[in-house]
Amino acid sequence: MQPHEVFLQQLITGLSNGMIIALIALGYTMVYGIIELINFAHGDVFMLGAFLALTLLGVLGMEAWSPTWRIGGVAIMLVGSALFCGGLNWTLDRVAYRSLRRASKLSLLVSAIGCSFICTNLGLFWGGVPMEVFAGGVAAAAPKDFPQLIPQTNLLGASAIRITPADIAVVVVTVPLMIGLVFLVNRTRMGRAMRAVAQDATAAALMGIPVDRVIGITFFIGGALGGFASVVYALYNNTIGFQMGYRAGMDAFTAAVVGGIGSLPGAVLGGLTIGLVRAMSDQYLETQWTNTIVFGMLVMILIFRPSGLLGTTRREKV
Amino acid sequence: MKNTLPTITFILIASLGLFASFAATAAQQSESSKGTLHLVSSLPRTGSANAQTSTMVNGIKLAIEEVNGQIDGWTITYQDLDDASPQRGNWDPTVEAQNANAAAKDRSCVGYIGTFNSGAAKVAMPILNRAGLVMVSPANTYPGLTKPGTGEANEPMVYRPTGKINYFRVVPADDLQGTQAANWAKSLGAKKVFILNDRELYGKGIADVFQKRAKEIGMEVVGFEGTDAKASNYRPLVTKIKAVGPDLVYFGGTTQSNAGQIAKDLRAGGYEGLYMVPDGCFEQAFIEAAGDSNLNDKTYITFGGLPAEKLTGRGATFREAYHKRYGSDPEAYAAYGYEAARVLLDAIARAKTKDRAGVLAAVAETVDFDGVLGKWSFDANGDTSSKVMSGQTVKNGKFEFVKVLGD
Repeated sequence: MQPHEVFLQQLITGLSNGMIIALIALGYTMVYGIIELINFAHGDVFMLGAFLALTLLGVLGMEAWSPTWRIGGVAIMLVGSALFCGGLNWTLDRVAYRSLRRASKLSLLVSAIGCSFICTNLGLFWGGVPMEVFAGGVAAAAPKDFPQLIPQTNLLGASAIRITPADIAVVVVTVPLMIGLVFLVNRTRMGRAMRAVAQDATAAALMGIPVDRVIGITFFIGGALGGFASVVYALYNNTIGFQMGYRAGMDAFTAAVVGGIGSLPGAVLGGLTIGLVRAMSDQYLETQWTNTIVFGMLVMILIFRPSGLLGTTRREKV
Repeated sequence: MKNTLPTITFILIASLGLFASFAATAAQQSESSKGTLHLVSSLPRTGSANAQTSTMVNGIKLAIEEVNGQIDGWTITYQDLDDASPQRGNWDPTVEAQNANAAAKDRSCVGYIGTFNSGAAKVAMPILNRAGLVMVSPANTYPGLTKPGTGEANEPMVYRPTGKINYFRVVPADDLQGTQAANWAKSLGAKKVFILNDRELYGKGIADVFQKRAKEIGMEVVGFEGTDAKASNYRPLVTKIKAVGPDLVYFGGTTQSNAGQIAKDLRAGGYEGLYMVPDGCFEQAFIEAAGDSNLNDKTYITFGGLPAEKLTGRGATFREAYHKRYGSDPEAYAAYGYEAARVLLDAIARAKTKDRAGVLAAVAETVDFDGVLGKWSFDANGDTSSKVMSGQTVKNGKFEFVKVLGD
């Protein structure tokens, strides 16, 4: 491989990874934008989405399907996981967060951490389900192989640069979702209600906006994005495990903060930045420094630009 | 004052219970004339290592059953401790320290079988050393745990605060395995190698040995990198590897530190060369995590011992007994779990005093032991004199024995 080919390849890999991170980061940033809660359970909701996708794959026997049908299978998983994660996130809000709306922000945060633990352990149980896709459920905590429904072959034939159908799938799923989300928030009635609640919940309530319902819907959408992300992640990496939510959530949270938490374009920019920084650091520095660089970047941003790359400054409430 | 009555009742019941349990213990002890000698094992039982460690625990139980749980009128009891936590899905230093402390405090405990991971041994060794409790590892292969001059400058003395040796292992160390792996890589035709390690004690240790040997025998080392065991994928790293064009990638690490995902990403990223891993990946969980199509015919696994189906003599007896007792085949390390337990039982039988000091002294004097890999003895460092190594590959989703590795 020529140096410029290596660079291009890292660009492609970085962008693919970055888009997945961005999609998860959107879930963090939406919830933060509206109730200023860092929803620590988000990464684990994302993880459970991947388990649902693998379960659907196993129950419907998608591995035996023809390539055309497999695309339909992916669509089923995307819809299933999105509804499931959206519903789960909505339920978390209803059960664990709503009654704490007037409590201190810290109580809410602790509640979120508790939800994260519960979800992680649900994933641990789920991995022990005696199904063939979970390798019989013998080792619940072991990583699970997620079959290659979307092939990882090179579309450019013998070229040194690889673009695989899995890379394409990442773009095809994430980009429309991001555009759709921006449209939803900026152009629809619901979006306007969300922005109103984010700005001032009391005033919004006085204007007749059903605040709790709007917050619930925000949680649903954030969770659904996590659900979509989980399927894309599983198709791209071909491995899922009950701990994947931690690292993915950490990266996505960092992305949201780097981009400016609360800002939708910020989350996307942050995600892509982290994906690219990871790839370039692996290539041009040493792999063992990559985490240091990513989290060092987070610290730098917090010191010199606390509101993030695209965030707007506003009063701190926490 | 309404609550007084329930409180008093509670205290009464509680003290009755306490008394009953004392009485029970006393009765138990009077049944066997001489008392109880307790063995524990500390192995990762949560996570993907469980498949492997389950068969090791089976091996230990088998060894104890063979003596009917009795030696010279002493009752042998055994407890299977887990040194992993669900949070890590892998061995956890906090849990390992708890296990070691619990064993150290229990005066009836005369032997500690473990650990599985060399990093965990580093935690347990000083604790057990202070307690004078003998530790026999069925699986640690990091050389620095026993051999001076192979690891850090302060190893292994840092693990022996009392200056006495209480740690023994029945498995050959990685100064042999890493060297043999590099020799084998060369004989497979590799000229340029890229070496990865998981930055753990075991993985980094064996990768260092592999690198040293690879250079000695004239292979070109085109990269040496530490990986992140929790990364979601290694695609950027694979691109980096492909750019320098090695014909063999060596990963010093375990299934738990993501050897399977690395195999997956190497293939998904279009790398077509060979992939070699050490014994930390010699378990079915590795094939399951990687997906067999990513491993078949191009993956090589070294192991300090022989796979169960190749054992002869005492080892073959073990394999048959295991199959008869459990109805399934043991994983690679089950034989060493069995061996570690037998070494302890043999030492208990020979011990002059049936306590920690006696058993420790007897273990150290183990000579010409009739083990599953033939006759061996412990040397002055606590290492086995056995040097049997084997090489495996993966065919159709199964491990397949290739050859015995030797000079």
